Amino acid sequence: MLQVEGLTTHYGPVCAVEDVSLEVPNGGIVAVLGANGAGKTSLLRTIAGLVRATRGRIVFDGEPVTQTRAEDLVRRGLAYVPEGGGVIGELTVGENLRLGALWRRDREERARTLEEVVAVFPRLAERSSMHANTLSGGERQMLSIGRALMGRPRLLLLDEPSLGLAPIVIEQILSVIGELRRERGLTVLLVEQNARSALSVADQGVVLNVGRVVAKGEANDLAGDEQLRQAYLGLA
Amino acid sequence: MSRFIDLTLNGISSGMIYAAVALSLVLIWRGTRIINFAQGGMLMITTFIASSVIDSSGSYWVGFVVALVTGLALGAVVERLLVRHVEGGPPLNAVIATLGLLILLQAVAGMIWGGTPRSFPPAFSIRGYEVSGRHVLFGPFDTFTVLAVLGMAAALAALFRGTGLGLQMRAAAFDPLAARLQGVRVPHMYTVGWALAALSGSLAGLLVAPAVFVGPNTFDSILVFAFTAAVLGGLDSPVGAVIGGVVLGLSLSYVSGYAGSSLVTLAALVILIAVLMVRPQGLFSSPRTRRI
Repeated sequence: MLQVEGLTTHYGPVCAVEDVSLEVPNGGIVAVLGANGAGKTSLLRTIAGLVRATRGRIVFDGEPVTQTRAEDLVRRGLAYVPEGGGVIGELTVGENLRLGALWRRDREERARTLEEVVAVFPRLAERSSMHANTLSGGERQMLSIGRALMGRPRLLLLDEPSLGLAPIVIEQILSVIGELRRERGLTVLLVEQNARSALSVADQGVVLNVGRVVAKGEANDLAGDEQLRQAYLGLA
Repeated sequence: MSRFIDLTLNGISSGMIYAAVALSLVLIWRGTRIINFAQGGMLMITTFIASSVIDSSGSYWVGFVVALVTGLALGAVVERLLVRHVEGGPPLNAVIATLGLLILLQAVAGMIWGGTPRSFPPAFSIRGYEVSGRHVLFGPFDTFTVLAVLGMAAALAALFRGTGLGLQMRAAAFDPLAARLQGVRVPHMYTVGWALAALSGSLAGLLVAPAVFVGPNTFDSILVFAFTAAVLGGLDSPVGAVIGGVVLGLSLSYVSGYAGSSLVTLAALVILIAVLMVRPQGLFSSPRTRRI
């Protein structure tokens, strides 16, 4: 579904991502782990088309998308939920959701998708006419994932969905992600600082440190690797 | 008392014109955080074009429609060719660019149509209605002015609130990055925003031209009044722009009637400064939602 080869990204003179390669198989969940500043968000932003790569290749669904911009990638089925969700607080919950599907031509399809999304997150229907900036952190995260689903993506990039949320809410959101994969074959690339919760839902993990890949493997192996845990993941 | 009524009616009518120009400033400010100093020049050009079309076709309404369509096109072209390059840059760049465009448009208008202001016909009679044997300062053309501006404001509100395009435009204005991630082509939205703003401005030009005539500089004061009205309304609230326009129209009408017409421009500046000192966020904008 997604292949990243030798990807390097700079912010001005600062190298944020260096020679990163990874693969997300169709229907898989891959977690990118690492401490604050490891380059996780920069990696996702580059894949999502918000930042241009300096070197390397990104292939989505067999087609090179290294130079494709974010607004076009959405149309191809690659949705990106940024850190904090990126919900538009001045719009209502319903408007945020509608916005996620507006690029799709077919009105009936859009209405059907809205029903599906509301079935996943019933809370969003209750809050439909409220402004998004009145939502709690957990509801915001639900809204941003729900809005991304409105475009019926095949690949979902999630940046720190657990940031600042209560453990019980994190669990809810992660279980929804697992459900979406099982029931709709959604492929997910997940960035997390919270390694424990990310590895609980992911099949595979990639550990970044200062922009480089330092470890890669099955989620269970990574979670069990004592050295790795102490060195990069901050787990006691 | 009858004088007060006259001044009030007159204030509402001219306030609607300020409202239309203020609306065009607000639409652009909301979308791109740029104050379009060239707005007065753009509506001057479209009104000149209307004047020429009316002369050659003999039909007021052909000129009216041509001016509105030219306004749409001019707004889009200005955004594409000029403003696109200064969007997102330091604010001063946009100020210089739009001021430069204003000077350019005024010079071009002078070259094509000459520097002497020419008269411009109203759509309907400007003679006031007769109420109990007296002509009030409000006639069919004032009715048309009020209805045209309210109609356009309502149409814009319906577009923004009720359509997918409007939702995408609002998203692009509030949070361009989040909008892009939902597939919104943000630059297109800016182009549409500038086109609609210029449409609103060109309507105002057609409505005010019978009173101020059409010349390269005759619309300068309108921009000052409109800017004051927009600031009064909070600069990013379209509803505020309309209300601000009417409040300013009434205030200036009373100043003109009771204190002398030579004080009108001064009064507008005093109101502008007073608003900026006392309530810089305007009357209808909550500071929380303001960016910058």
